[in-house]
Amino acid sequence: MDFGLLLQQTINALTIGAIYALIALGYTMVYGIIELINFAHGDVFMTGSFVTMWLLTTLGFQGTIKDPLTLAGVLALAFLVAMTVMGAVGVIIERFAYRPLRNAPRLAPLITAIGVSFILQNIVQSIWGPSPVSVPQIIDVQASFRVGGTPIRFLSIFIIVLAIALMVALQLFVGRTRLGRAMRSTAIDREAAQLMGVDINTTIALTFFIGSALAGAAGVVQGLYLGNTVFTAGFQAGLKAFTAAVLGGIGNTTGAALGGFVIGFIEVGSTYLGYTRWSEAVVFTILILVLVFRPTGLLGQQLAERA
Amino acid sequence: MSEAAALPAPEPALDPALTVGPAPATAGRPLLRLSDVHVYYGHIHALQGISLEVHPGEIVTLLGANGAGKTTTLKAISGLHHPRQGSIELDGQEITRVPAHALVRRGIGHAPEGRRIFGRMTVLENLQMGAYTRSDRAAVDADYERVFTLFPRLQERRSQLAGSLSGGEQQMLAIGRALMTQPKLLLLDEPSMGLAPILVEQIFQIIHDINRQGTTILLVEQNALMALGVARRGYILQTGQIVLADESAALAQNDEVRKAYLGG
Repeated sequence: MDFGLLLQQTINALTIGAIYALIALGYTMVYGIIELINFAHGDVFMTGSFVTMWLLTTLGFQGTIKDPLTLAGVLALAFLVAMTVMGAVGVIIERFAYRPLRNAPRLAPLITAIGVSFILQNIVQSIWGPSPVSVPQIIDVQASFRVGGTPIRFLSIFIIVLAIALMVALQLFVGRTRLGRAMRSTAIDREAAQLMGVDINTTIALTFFIGSALAGAAGVVQGLYLGNTVFTAGFQAGLKAFTAAVLGGIGNTTGAALGGFVIGFIEVGSTYLGYTRWSEAVVFTILILVLVFRPTGLLGQQLAERA
Repeated sequence: MSEAAALPAPEPALDPALTVGPAPATAGRPLLRLSDVHVYYGHIHALQGISLEVHPGEIVTLLGANGAGKTTTLKAISGLHHPRQGSIELDGQEITRVPAHALVRRGIGHAPEGRRIFGRMTVLENLQMGAYTRSDRAAVDADYERVFTLFPRLQERRSQLAGSLSGGEQQMLAIGRALMTQPKLLLLDEPSMGLAPILVEQIFQIIHDINRQGTTILLVEQNALMALGVARRGYILQTGQIVLADESAALAQNDEVRKAYLGG
């Protein structure tokens, strides 16, 4: 394979991987703190893409915005609105669907999560219909620059840089701030965290807000990248992001980001090799293999606790 | 807080002269008062009408066999498991239904059974969690110094993951973390559990020092001999009820206590 092609495919993989990684973070954060596989999370992402579509069309945009200043402003607004709205949706879901079941057997919130998934799909479907709708691609999809003769799209670079920036911000928040410590301590030992003065309800709500906001950001990115969305978009992307989270080691945010990019490479790789139709089979085969042979994922938990 | 630096290093053995407390404070308002507290776990009636008092400046110990309700009593006080009936007062104020996280600000520090340190966080981060509710930077910094003076090992290992500490160090961290909450009342649940005898003596010396620095302590222990040595008064719990309450010296002389908890 020549260098140009390799570069192009790598950029593609990173772009798709960035979207999976952003969604995977929400799965892994929620699992880390309340040990729930939030199956509604993919649909939070999907709803985020519809919120973006709604916002941009309501503002009257149909296609590429040429003026860079306007573009930057509209992009900032889109991310702000989608992330805030989806963050709030995440908090509401936790408050009314999961919190009442916090001490119930684990199967109960899991089934509830599947229920919430259907509720979100049905709400979106009833508002915007069952067919794919187009999302205004305000960043020019064709705009590119050349690296050694290979065209690289600005849109891809924007998505990769944005996703990495969000991930770095998340790591710094969780790793370095007081609220981040509250989240980690709640994840490790809820009761002990309370004894430190941590209000675990607020902390869990905050975790849902951040995870869902990241899914909202992924929703914006998805709209800009594909130019359309559909009410079932959350199911498959959600499953793949979940696979990414498991692959990286569920509960581990670095692992989720890594897993997302790995899935991106697997998907692009199998497409390149001519097995486009098999890419999902490959991804889920990997999920099964990981679950069987390395359930703690690539990175797993950093350290087992001593008795 | 600065007086901590002037304290002597913990001695290997407990000085008997230090363990005789002043006369019991029967008068005055208790710092903690439990009145007829009943706690249930589902259908299990774990605490069946516990009443006890802890006065400012005291060390009071709660003794009893496994399953007698010692840990449950501490959990009721720190708000982790609310009583179904009865009342708990801190400094004259009703706290029976106050959630655990809010009680930290009110002055209850709890080093729970089994240490429960945050293993995947560093020693320093664990201590920072202790100071979670506090914004008085200068006083917090002074308290880090105090904890590091009491437990020099923690300072050496401040950037290590807490899960990699030895059992004794983890216990020190659990106590240090609870001290960082700046408690008026410190609840200690089996601080000597699983520790080598030399460490047990060290921990008890530190409990004594903490108390002398002005922190009131309610101590739950299996090691009745050591607990009665350091405490001024004690309560004996049996299947969710208090069966005996007296000065430590009197409890140590009591035949039944000797037979049940002191090995003859």
